Amino acid sequence: MDRAATAEKIAALIEPFNKKGVAITDAATFAGDLEFDSLTVMDFVAAIEDEFDIIISMNAQAEIETYGQLVDAVMKLKG
Amino acid sequence: MTDLFSKFDPIIAQREGLLATGVTDPFGLVMEKVISPTVALCNGRETILLGTYNYMGMTFDPDVIAAGKQALDDFGSGTTGSRVLNGTYAGHKAVEQALCDFYDMKHAMVFSTGYQANLGIISTIAGKGDYIILDIDSHASIWDGCKMGDAEVVPFKHNDIEAMEKRLKRVPEGAGILVVLEGVYSMLGDIAPLKEMIAIAKKYGAMVLVDEAHSMGFIGPNGRGVAEEQGCLEDVDFVIGTFSKSVGTVGGFCVSNHPKFEIMRLVCRPYVFTASLPPSVVATAATSVRKLMHAADKRAHLWENSRTLHKGLRDAGFQLGTDEPQSAIISVIMPDLERGAMMWEALLHEGLYVNLARPPATPAGMTLLRCSLCAAHTAEQVQTIIGMFTRAGKAVGII
Repeated sequence: MDRAATAEKIAALIEPFNKKGVAITDAATFAGDLEFDSLTVMDFVAAIEDEFDIIISMNAQAEIETYGQLVDAVMKLKG
Repeated sequence: MTDLFSKFDPIIAQREGLLATGVTDPFGLVMEKVISPTVALCNGRETILLGTYNYMGMTFDPDVIAAGKQALDDFGSGTTGSRVLNGTYAGHKAVEQALCDFYDMKHAMVFSTGYQANLGIISTIAGKGDYIILDIDSHASIWDGCKMGDAEVVPFKHNDIEAMEKRLKRVPEGAGILVVLEGVYSMLGDIAPLKEMIAIAKKYGAMVLVDEAHSMGFIGPNGRGVAEEQGCLEDVDFVIGTFSKSVGTVGGFCVSNHPKFEIMRLVCRPYVFTASLPPSVVATAATSVRKLMHAADKRAHLWENSRTLHKGLRDAGFQLGTDEPQSAIISVIMPDLERGAMMWEALLHEGLYVNLARPPATPAGMTLLRCSLCAAHTAEQVQTIIGMFTRAGKAVGII
């Protein structure tokens, strides 16, 4: 799966958590723009992990602030 | 200059907002005199204690007190040193032996607090490249142990067996895995399905650590905790516990059958770089632990108290953390922090002390009034407590 396809899948997974319909750009932040709280983060990370069959550890999550960074991290983790 | 304290502004504002409503500061309560394990003088008023972790009522046990006094006379007020250098006294060895006997395990290591036991063991055994798979509702000391170490930290949804297995399945081949669970989760008072979870953890080659802080003394045929109750204690690699709850003093420990366990005494920094527990503390702990081995009657009475309070509060119309009483903690769910604080204050005026628990300590942003029962609460006290809750709940408009 190339970056565009991965990005599209992740964007689709964000939708149920995107209560305010914020535009998903590479620079969109989860904490700031999307207003994800810790409970949302847990459910959202689980959804991403299940979709791509990967682990995004808390250590890795700490480095991911934006949608673009998440797409890159997923690309890397699924190898 | 940037004020380093400005990051605390939101919580300062929240606290000021709450106190501006006129409620008593829930975190400012002082117990002026403690009359018994279940009664104290708070703000000049005799108050029933329902918010301590004195589950087995050992704090005023005459044998426990006598052992502490004797140790003060024989060994002095403190050790002034680390266990590794000048801080191991006969009492430390004695309490570790008492723990080995209590759990029927080969090794026991005592820390200065339960917090340090989790901090030390978790951060030391799970290192770089290892994976810690843990319940998202884990205690702060577990999270801090994860943060202090170098392992990859992977949480799963509370008590969700399938979510845990999915994560275990994805751990890279050959990586070391530590699964961290608790017997009783102290916020809602619910227990973990340890038997199923540990069986799965073992299937994936993980080592298992279970924090039994809130179960020691009264869950399981010998009071060893939820793992014993569910018949899976022998599959637990590390049991973490505390002296500050059922044992009735302060201190933490880890018991294990791991053949190399003793090396922890040299490599575990929160054990090495801190002063050991005072002689009086370990003497009271050892006496209390040994007495808890023969406390079947107290255990039975504590369970009766838990069932009675759970039913009484549910019948009165309160929303509780568990459908059935699963431990000595009965958690009453409040609609929000403001009414939780009002209810807490109304109970204090009735003469009842409970814990007001709020985020981030609580799951799902809940505000809880947490009741923890004691084997020394009489059946009459439990009825009195139900009456106080009912009156306060109506006054505040929660029921």
